[in-house]
Amino acid sequence: MTPKSIAMQTRRQLLRDFLTWLKENLFSPWYNALITIVSAAVIYVALKGILHWVFYGAKWGVVTTNLRLFAVGPYPTDQLWRVWLALGLALVLGGLSWGAWGGRSLVALILVIPFLVVFWLAPITPAAKRNWTVVLFLFVLSSAVAEFVRPLRKPLQKILPFAWLVAFFVTLVLLHGFKGSQRLPLVETGLWGGLLLTILLAVVAIVLSFPIGVLLALGRRSSLPIVKLFSIFYIELIRGVPLVTVLFMAQIMLPLFLPPNLRIDKVLRAMAGMTLFAAAYLAENVRGGLQAIPKGQYEAAQALGLNYYQTMRYIILPQALRAVIPAIVGQFISLFKDTSLVAIVGLLDLLSIALSVIAQPQWIGLQREVFAFIGVIYWIFCYAMSYASRRLEVKLGVGVR
Amino acid sequence: MRGEEKGTAKGLQVHDTGEDIIILEDVHKWFGDFEALRGINMRVKRQEVVVIIGPSGSGKSTLVRCINRLEQHDQGRIIVDGIELSHDIRNIEAIRREVGMVFQQFNLFPHMTVLDNITLAPRLVRRWPRAKAEQVAMELLERVGIADQAHKYPGQLSGGQQQRVAIARALAMQPKIMLFDEPTSALDPEMIKEVLDVMIELARSGMTMIVVTHEMGFAREVADRVVFMDAGKIVEEAPPEELFAHPKDPRTKEFLAHIL
Ligand SMILES: Nc1ncnc2c1ncn2[C@@H]1O[C@H](COP(=O)(O)OP(=O)(O)OP(=O)(O)O)[C@@H](O)[C@H]1O
Ligand SMILES: [Mg+2]
Repeated sequence: MTPKSIAMQTRRQLLRDFLTWLKENLFSPWYNALITIVSAAVIYVALKGILHWVFYGAKWGVVTTNLRLFAVGPYPTDQLWRVWLALGLALVLGGLSWGAWGGRSLVALILVIPFLVVFWLAPITPAAKRNWTVVLFLFVLSSAVAEFVRPLRKPLQKILPFAWLVAFFVTLVLLHGFKGSQRLPLVETGLWGGLLLTILLAVVAIVLSFPIGVLLALGRRSSLPIVKLFSIFYIELIRGVPLVTVLFMAQIMLPLFLPPNLRIDKVLRAMAGMTLFAAAYLAENVRGGLQAIPKGQYEAAQALGLNYYQTMRYIILPQALRAVIPAIVGQFISLFKDTSLVAIVGLLDLLSIALSVIAQPQWIGLQREVFAFIGVIYWIFCYAMSYASRRLEVKLGVGVR
Repeated sequence: MRGEEKGTAKGLQVHDTGEDIIILEDVHKWFGDFEALRGINMRVKRQEVVVIIGPSGSGKSTLVRCINRLEQHDQGRIIVDGIELSHDIRNIEAIRREVGMVFQQFNLFPHMTVLDNITLAPRLVRRWPRAKAEQVAMELLERVGIADQAHKYPGQLSGGQQQRVAIARALAMQPKIMLFDEPTSALDPEMIKEVLDVMIELARSGMTMIVVTHEMGFAREVADRVVFMDAGKIVEEAPPEELFAHPKDPRTKEFLAHIL
């Protein structure tokens, strides 16, 4: 046989394999064939309609003109460098984390390219294009550093959680600034908006609700009656009311509890409301994890002389939290989406920016474009979180019974 | 040596109990209305190996678990290495540092490697630096014959290997007393011997041990004394040859007839 005929043969073989696969998986028995054909038809019709609308029907001008508004709301244009700096900081840490926990920088590069293409094609200012390129490049670069400078990995894994925490507070200060400062003038939270505000609300609520939730979960199982009673009361109270109610309460009630000269602003109150709300649900998730830990684990720890704190910190919580990562991430994802409820109490998050844009006379009738756009934005973030959680599960899966 | 140890037991009242390292006086324990221990009197000397036998539900586990306060006794006194068990958490922690325990279900920490399982308590409780803890851990793993498994997770080991890790973990705290609660009952028959061999070696090295087990071969080989319990009481105790050959109480006779 000539090499050519062998190639022909293998190609024919491949085709035959493919056809067998199709037949086995999609067309047998007969009702599967029916389902396949019907779904293919439905997908074709839907996709055709959607794609046609995306490329020919939709008037994307409403989105492209207002991109900055969607991104940061009314944050002062001359202070935008602070947002860029915060974004750069987050992406550098993101890249380092990616590399330190075994992510490949090549994958990071491939991931970044579609974003680069989008930003280069998007009708944004040349400065914005340059900044996006720089921060995305920083992401890839720092992931490469963490991947290839091997001796850095172990220390990075130790430091990064703290670095994230520090960066979180630094970012808040950076965006807020100080009254009367020349370099970092005050930008009132009332001017925070768009995706920036949505992300800040979600991150603050996630970061702060986590320790509170864990403490509540431990409190609920505590042997001290007052601690236990308080935890149960709090959890059941919060879980019994909708988030909107908690947000309204935070706006109206919180000022009543605080001294009159301590006026905390709207955004801070919303953050407090979301945090307190999320903590109650988180506590229940964590409790589920705690219940799954066999009694023998406590006994072994006690028999070795570990005290309560050490037992929880090193034996119980690592196992309990690992078991509930999917539930916790699921909760964080819905928390991210729930930030859209702050529109009701008058904050300018992504959704309320969207609502105010379509309310303007020159964009009348373009709701579809705007909602499709912010839908995609929400989806990107939620999907990224769920992807990260699956990676985390795999990483931590080692050694689990 | 003794004087120095008394000095380290800051603020604890230390009894001079002479040869006896464990003393139980009229110990009672209730679970609700049910009396699991009904007046236990027992003394264990330094370096003594005591085997406890008895039917299911007779209170063997409860007795052993009272000694390191996994259960709290309701009446009577328990003195371990000169320290009386009381509500004072310092007493409890001081005693737990000196008493190692091995469980039927191993109770290894599944999220840590074998090495971390062993070094955790010495580093946290004894405040040893990592290097020292790891060196001691490796010596112990050598001693129980599984040094090559140090970096595996418990889930990757056989039952016999896991139980040997559990023994090494308890020994890493350098306890004066070791408690074993049916350490071979959860093991497949072919793995029982490897665990018993470790325990026999430990007994011969002079460790004070209380062992709940139905492995009569082990009792014959190393036990100084066998204690037979029934319904929350010590019915009879004697050196193994004597108790197995000439049991006095009819309940002991009946029990031995079942298992021998
Ligand atoms: N936590 C508990 N709550 C209620 N009852 C208990 C508890 N622990 C033990 N008991 C009861 O106390 C009695 C003694 O139990 P223990 O576990 O000490 O018996 P044992 O001699 O170790 O038995 P086995 O050979 O089955 O392990 C049993 O009747 C048991 O049902
Ligand atoms: Mg038992």
